[in-house]
Amino acid sequence: MTDLFSKFDPLIEQRRALLAGGVEDPFNLVMERVISPTVAVCNGRETILLGTYNYMGMTFDPDVIAAGKQALDDFGSGTTGSRVLNGTYAGHKACEEALKEFYGMDHAMVFSTGYQANLGIISTIAGKGDYIILDIDSHASIWDGCKMGDAEVVPFKHNDIEAMEKRLKRVPEGAGKLVVLEGVYSMLGDIAPLKEMIRIAKENGAMVLVDEAHSMGFIGPNGRGVAEDQGCLEDVDFVIGTFSKSVGTVGGFCVSNHPKFEIMRLVCRPYVFTASLPPSVVHTAATSIRKLMHAGNKRAHLWENSKTLHKGLRDKGFQLGTSEPQSAIIAVIMPDLERGAAMWEALLHEGLYVNLARPPATPAGMTLLRCSLCAEHSADQVQTIIGMFERAGKAVGII
Amino acid sequence: MDRAATAEKIAELIEPFNKKGIAITEATTFAGDLEWDSLTVMDFVAAIEDDFDIIISMNQQAEIETYGQLIDAVTKLQG
Repeated sequence: MTDLFSKFDPLIEQRRALLAGGVEDPFNLVMERVISPTVAVCNGRETILLGTYNYMGMTFDPDVIAAGKQALDDFGSGTTGSRVLNGTYAGHKACEEALKEFYGMDHAMVFSTGYQANLGIISTIAGKGDYIILDIDSHASIWDGCKMGDAEVVPFKHNDIEAMEKRLKRVPEGAGKLVVLEGVYSMLGDIAPLKEMIRIAKENGAMVLVDEAHSMGFIGPNGRGVAEDQGCLEDVDFVIGTFSKSVGTVGGFCVSNHPKFEIMRLVCRPYVFTASLPPSVVHTAATSIRKLMHAGNKRAHLWENSKTLHKGLRDKGFQLGTSEPQSAIIAVIMPDLERGAAMWEALLHEGLYVNLARPPATPAGMTLLRCSLCAEHSADQVQTIIGMFERAGKAVGII
Repeated sequence: MDRAATAEKIAELIEPFNKKGIAITEATTFAGDLEWDSLTVMDFVAAIEDDFDIIISMNQQAEIETYGQLIDAVTKLQG
């Protein structure tokens, strides 16, 4: 018998060797108690959270919590059904109404996760004979959506406008074209030149899908994302987003002005063949989305945090993923996985949680310590974080 | 461009990517013999695409394992 697990042997060995050095397992952290959007007890220590996607700190918002509790009382713990059968409750419609208002778009469709939103929309709209032109650094959910569909998949070099244009122009005449981009690329925290890319996509007759998972609520005057910030949201055919970041719960969505968009509810398999979100989740999401419409002050404070941390870490001598802060993500580049893991552990002992990110999730084989800021981090906390990085970086020998 | 001319051009293009100086034959595999990672594959595919002005989609790339198969595919894709 061939052991089907033997293909994982190299990874099992790499993991064993890493942990044999005595380092705490970076992929097995347990949050025993969560005190606020920015503080939790992790592996027995009180820890500042700098590795969540809780950008707008909505997880403990009293109105959001109250809406969830009320929904549990009014609608029960779960829907036990698909959106197209018995799984559409008032809360799911309330969520879709909130999204339409938030983005100023005609249609909104709520999925059970952001992953499923990309999986479903991409695999369904790009079919056999169509071409998907996408950035090579796209999120796994985008790649999996490509793999699940039957379209021809053509990647181009990250954020390279010319490489994208060349590939668009080579698509055979008459074939359908979908360009897939992200507003913020989550590994390095860099943003895309959406305005120019979308202009070229449109000139070449392509439809455009933009994943704004990491920008919603924060980037753009109304928090609609990078496309809004660059003044090109009206040229985006499909915006994909998630409730599991700024919105502070779980779920995914697509908003669109396409006149035929509603047919997606019948043809998109990751929407049809899964249970819908629980009532408590959609009521917390709808409440949070509506509050994010009026969160200008929080957005401003989050930008301050991002700028302060970026400058602080750069001044201490750390190598960062972007030369300027472009989002709420600051990626600190580690020399290799061993020292990355050692630094991650040293920070945890200081009382700071960040994400250890490594290939294949990262571009160019990099090991990163990824920091994501929250609008609820105080200015003092950010200074504390910079001090923790300095001590840990010196102890591990990175700076 | 016929197969011979295509092969000659590809031999030129692969040069900077063959860092280990492995002797390449039509049977050489990219993943096995050349030990290329996904980034190297992408840069090499982009170089071929730009030089021949063609698209080699991911779907087509999945079918190409050897150097000989690449020459066949590029010859065919030029139409």
